[in-house]
This record gives sequence, structure tokens and C-alpha cells, in this order.
Amino acid sequence: MRQLCKGNVAIVKGALLAGCRSYYGYPITPASEIAEAAAEYMPQVGGTFLQAESEVAAINMVYGAASAGLRVMTASSGPGISLMQEGISYLAGSELPCVIVDVVRGGPGLGNIAPEQSDYFALVKGGGHGNYKNIVVAPASVQEMADLTRLAFELADRYRNPAVVLTDGFIGQMMEPLELQAVESVQPEKPWAVKGTRETRKNLIASIYLEPDELEAHVRKLEEKYKKAAEVESRHELYRAEDPEVLLVGYGITSRVLRSVVDMMRKEGVRAGLFRPITLWPFPAEALRHAARRAQMVLVVEMSTGQMVEDVRLTLDGRVDVEFYGRTGGNVPMADEVCKELTERMGMTAEWGV
Amino acid sequence: MDEYQVIESKSPVFYDKYERKAELQHQTHYCPGCGHGVVHKLIAEAIADMGVQDRTILVTPVGCSVFAYYYFDMGNVQAAHGRAPAVATAVKRSNPESIVIGYQGDGDLAAIGTAEIVHAANRGEKITIFFVNNAIYGMTGGQLAPTTLVGQFSTTSPWGRRPSNEGYPLRMAELLATLEAPVYIERVALCDNKNIMKARKAVRKALELQRDGAGFSFIEILSPCPTIWKMTPQEARKWIEEKMLAVFPLGVFRDRKLAPMADGVPQTTVTKLLGLDKPLEVVTRPMAVKDSQPDLTVKIAGFGGQGVLLLGQILAEMGMREGREVSWLPSYGPEMRSGSAHCHVCLSKERVGSPVIEHPDVLIAMNEPSLHKFSKMVEAHGTILYNNHKLPAGLPPCEAKIYCVPASEIADGLGTTKATNMVMLGALLELTHTLPRETALALLKAKVRNVKLLDVDCQAIDAGMACLRKQLGSSTDAHAHDGELAPCS
Repeated sequence: MRQLCKGNVAIVKGALLAGCRSYYGYPITPASEIAEAAAEYMPQVGGTFLQAESEVAAINMVYGAASAGLRVMTASSGPGISLMQEGISYLAGSELPCVIVDVVRGGPGLGNIAPEQSDYFALVKGGGHGNYKNIVVAPASVQEMADLTRLAFELADRYRNPAVVLTDGFIGQMMEPLELQAVESVQPEKPWAVKGTRETRKNLIASIYLEPDELEAHVRKLEEKYKKAAEVESRHELYRAEDPEVLLVGYGITSRVLRSVVDMMRKEGVRAGLFRPITLWPFPAEALRHAARRAQMVLVVEMSTGQMVEDVRLTLDGRVDVEFYGRTGGNVPMADEVCKELTERMGMTAEWGV
Repeated sequence: MDEYQVIESKSPVFYDKYERKAELQHQTHYCPGCGHGVVHKLIAEAIADMGVQDRTILVTPVGCSVFAYYYFDMGNVQAAHGRAPAVATAVKRSNPESIVIGYQGDGDLAAIGTAEIVHAANRGEKITIFFVNNAIYGMTGGQLAPTTLVGQFSTTSPWGRRPSNEGYPLRMAELLATLEAPVYIERVALCDNKNIMKARKAVRKALELQRDGAGFSFIEILSPCPTIWKMTPQEARKWIEEKMLAVFPLGVFRDRKLAPMADGVPQTTVTKLLGLDKPLEVVTRPMAVKDSQPDLTVKIAGFGGQGVLLLGQILAEMGMREGREVSWLPSYGPEMRSGSAHCHVCLSKERVGSPVIEHPDVLIAMNEPSLHKFSKMVEAHGTILYNNHKLPAGLPPCEAKIYCVPASEIADGLGTTKATNMVMLGALLELTHTLPRETALALLKAKVRNVKLLDVDCQAIDAGMACLRKQLGSSTDAHAHDGELAPCS
């Protein structure tokens, strides 16, 4: 059935259907509804919800539950994610699957609680120490908050690696229709887990390899895993992007604005199209190259001073002019505003808005 | 090379060979005279005697004992520095039948991990923590620990620990004994055989308590570190007795049973919990009807407590039940708490693009500041519904039509100001004809359990509709904001 649901709550609903029964977290605006929904739901279905003393403790509890082979999650926003980075590095190093949600708010420092997309570097490029990657998905609707959370659990298990749902205050706080299938995920066997049983007694969860050759072998093993994921797991969405002279690129809430921009530009006779990465890592590089092959210009729009744009530039490698437009501080770019930027940069003149 | 042979007998809880050192597989990596070996033996012996090896899980720290998993033949989880109690918390909760041991040194537990140990103890996690206190950082080469004695030299207290600079040694057993939840806290010392036997008893008791599901147990073990202390093993044991016991007195700080605690959460299934077993309560109209309706964007603004956000939600839910694509976007956070609130609602035939409305078709201004702030954003062909008899002075001109709907007053007349938003909903339904009144009533019936309140809400919707119908009927243009305005009633 269709239900009107808040983005943050949809995450927990998706997690429940993914078979997640363990939540460890710490409250922070604008992610707190995730903890609140988990606090309400998890114990009612025999699961665990625990409000930890800090994000540091929370991510280490995630580590503990993941060690036991359970599907486990946490959620936070910028400042809390910064505190979790050490734990995320340990999770990746110990090859523990889990799902981490970042409902991004304005930064740096305490910043504000309004939406931004400024944690791209922190989660897509690393953030913690060492050679590792997070699998990162970026929902653009309440429906995707549930669906991509479920996917994140599957990818996390498939690659024995943390998976991140990178979203923002707007998608987290907004309500939209949500349709859920009453079918729970089938979870894979985890023979490596430590469960306090005879069969799992020999198992060890650790990320320490003191001998250089041993650590190098371990890092190479992770690297191979990431290469494989990069080949097959990237996901994206196109909108009116069959013949674009201008290709707009944005993820999450920004992609929603850009959808409107595409329609407005098409009305003006400009062949605009939208490329929306659904996975930020692996970045859908090949699909982007294909979508941009005939474009005169690519405009990347983010609620940051320019983070994903680096991946777009690396991907397109100078083959086409890549422009950037960003807003920060919690300001969401308006469709009018983007149209104006775009027409200016194209050397056109047109009236936008009032 | 011949197969390595171990001649000594040892606990079956230890591996036959220690893989840590390829050359000497019967030796640990610990220094001669170190206390860790003794503590390991006491734990292994207790586990073996209790017959719980298969279900025991060891959470190891960062410190000299980071490699304990080379020795203990049991489930092993290696934790980040200081976080063993947090990791152990979830390991235990995820495997309730297991016996979970956190093994930590003084830097790990009493410095970087202070928060984790205090809170795990305070929650009464059903785990056992063995805290090996040797008053120094061993693994990193002898830096100051939170338990370093006053005057004790370390590489980072080259003049000895000075309370003026580093404060005093931290007494963890005493500190944790101030908490309600722990069931057993004892400090023991490895200074002589008599005390080692006491430690043996304490280790065993702590593990037995966990086996029996009693609660959080904590054993602090004063332990020698001859290498870093620059002493012989004999001198080190003597130093514990002569110096450490004066600062860290031995004894039982907590030994009690907790009364059984009820959990009390009702159990259900995910399907029921998520409402997936229930059909949609309002039947949607055929698509043909919906297709003839225009898209609608509404901004609702006012004070917190006027039902601004709820009105938006009801509108969005009505749209959804009518088969529309909808979005509802609220203002959130401190702004909401300090008094003002607004939300954006989109009803559309197509997938909703940006949920942020730049130019709403309709603005519902529940108070004067909202009218001032947002009236200029409304589309030229758009409408403003204002919660008052008449417009305030000094409102800048705008192209939208403004209707005054004294919703608060009408709601007061019906017996509760709470119905203000429903009066506005009625006015909106009358204005736009996008959504039928019946859908609103059916939705409220499903949501409002209180029959009296439901009745008032329905009356409020009708009153709002009537109020606007009167104005729409009397004139079409008279309400355009171009000077003179007719009062609403």
C-alpha cells in the first residue's frame, strides 16, 4: 500500500524489510527521526535499539553487532559522522558490513542544521584513515530512502564493507508517498562471524596486520574487491538525456531541482538533460561519459563549494567544458536561479522568474 | 624443520601453538615477568572449568594485549583503542547466549575509553571487563597513564607525575562503584601468590556471574610491567605491594544482585508494524477525473502550534489518496521551536521535481508576519488565504488575490482554536476544487480517534468552505489587493 512517509522514517522501514534488527546511534538534527523510528520499531520486532553515549561509541557498537553477523545500522549528520570516521575505517579494515546514514547538514564545524551536500568528500573519498572505500548511495526521494537503504544492506553484505546512505536534511525531513513490498530480504550466510558457537570459535575479527607484506596483501585484497564493485555496482538515472547539448549533473535533492530546470530549458528550446548518480561510489563514470558524449557543456550543481564536480571532471577528462554552480549554508538552489546561471554561461539571454 | 612440540601442559582454552612468533610457538609476545600471562592463565582456567569455551568471545583492546587472540582459542573481536566496552556491548546483545569478555589496559580503559567503560557499566551490560592496571603505557614504550602514580617517571612525565600538571591517578574500580547497575566490582593485585589466588577467585566469580545472567562485572588487576618500570620481576611485584596498593586499595567494591527487570515492549511482526497488512482506507477516483484537475502548490506558514505542518500533511495525504504525486516539505529545527513554522505541499500528476516551492499557487498565511514575508512569492495568478478579518496596514502590493478567512475566530466559535487549520483547509478546498471534501472527511475519520474532536474538525472544514464561498460568490475581483478590501464577514 501507499503511505505518506517522512524520508528519515522511510530509512528505518527499508532497513526493517532488509532484515535489520539492530540500531545503535546518537541523536542529531536533522537525522534524529531515524533514531526515533528505530527506537519505536526495533524492540517491537525483537530487535535492538540503543542510544549510545556518543557517535564514537555508536559506530563501535555497530562494529560489535556486525562482528556477530547481524545486519546493523546507525545514522547521524556531519559532526557525528566526523566522530564515526575512525570506526568506519576499522569496519572497512575488518571487512564488516553495515549501513551508515548521513543526513547532511551545513558545515564545517557546528555549521547549521539546514541541508547541504558537503559531506561528499568525507564519505565518498574516505574520511577515515587508510586505503578503503565506502559504498555510497544517494536517494532523491522518500521512496528511494527505503529502497536504497535496502540496497545498501545488500551491497554491504555482498562486499563485506560499510555502505553509506548519503542524503540531506530536505530528503530526510520531507514526506512523500512510499510503497513497500511486504517481502523481507533473504540474508546471506556469514560463516566468518563471531557468534559464540563451536562452529565460529576459530573466527577472528581484526584489522591489524603488523607485517608489511601481510598488510599489503590485505590492502590488495580490499582493492580487488573495490575494483569488482566498481565494475558492476554503479547506478544512475537519466532524464531527457538522449540528445543533450547541456548535461546537468546532480544527486539527491539537487537532482530534483535539476529535473525542473531541464523542463524549463527545454521549453526555451535548449536541449537540456539530467544525469543523476544514484551510487556516488562506485561513481557511474562510464554512463556519464556516454551521456555527455555530444554535450557542449556539463553543469554540475551541488549544495557545496564543489565536491562531486571533481569526479565529473576526472571522468570527462577535459573532453567537454565542465561548469559548476553551488550553494551552501542550507540554501537550496532554485530552478530559476540555475536556469539563469546556465543561460548566462551559454551566452544566452532569457528572463527567469519574477 | 621438524614439527614444533609443546611439552608443558596448558589450558585447552589456549591454542596449542602461538602463531604470533614463528620461531617460538610456545611463548607469548609478553615480556618476562609481565602480568598479562598470569591474567590470561586465570581467565583460561576459569573458562575451561566452566566448560564455556565455545560460547566465550574475547574483545581485545589496543595495547600490549592486542594480540591476545593468538593465545585464546575462542571467538575473537579486536576493537579500536578504548572502545572494547562499546564493541562488547553489541557483541553481547547480538549473541545473548555468549559470554563476552572485554580485556583492557589502563590507557585503553581509563584514558581514551573512559566514556565507553562508564556507560557500559552504567547500562549494566551483561559483560565482564578485566582491567589490567600497570600504571604505565606499555606497548608504546612507557608514557604516562591515567593511573600513573604521583611522582612516577614516564617518558611523558620526565619529572615524575605532577598533580599540578597531570592531576591524580584515576581509581576506576571506585569510580564505577558509584553507579547503580554493576553487580560485581573488585580490585586484585598480582604482587604475590596469595594475591594471585585471590585474583583467580575474582576472575572466576565475575565469569560465573555473567554465565548466570547477573549483570556487569569488573575486575581491576594491579599488574607488573618490569620492562617499562625498569625493574626485575621480583622488584616489580614488590613495587606493586609497596607503592600501588597505597593508591589503589584492594577489595570488593560492589557485590550485589539486581532485582529482575521487566522489558515490557509489546511484540509484533514487521508487516503489521509497517501497516503492510492493511488496504488503503479511501478508495481512489478513476484517473480520468484526476487528469482534469490542475497541479497545485501550496505554502502554509504561521506560528508553531497553529497546525501549520499538520495541515500540510493532511493536504499531501489527500492528494496521495486521490492518486496524485505529492510532496510535503517542512521547515525544521530551532526555527520551528522558536515560534515560526512553514511547509510546502506539491500535488502533481507527474513525479514532483523540486519540493521547494519558489512561487506557490496558494499561500496560507496563518499570521501577519507570514503574510508580510511570503506574499510577494505567490504566483501572479495565485491566491493568498489570510487568517484574519482584514489585511494589515503597510502590506506591499502583490499580484495575487487575497481572501481574508478569520480561521482562528471561526475555530474559537466552534469550541477550540485547534481547529484553525481545518477552517483553512475548508477554505482551500472551496477555492481550488482540486480535492473533494469527502476525501478530507474520510481521512480525518481514519486519523482522529476522538469523536468529539472529529466532529469539530468536520464543522471547521464546512465553516471554512462557507466563509470562502460567500466571498467568491459576492465578487470575483473585489478582493484583489489594490487598495480597498471588503471585510470577510
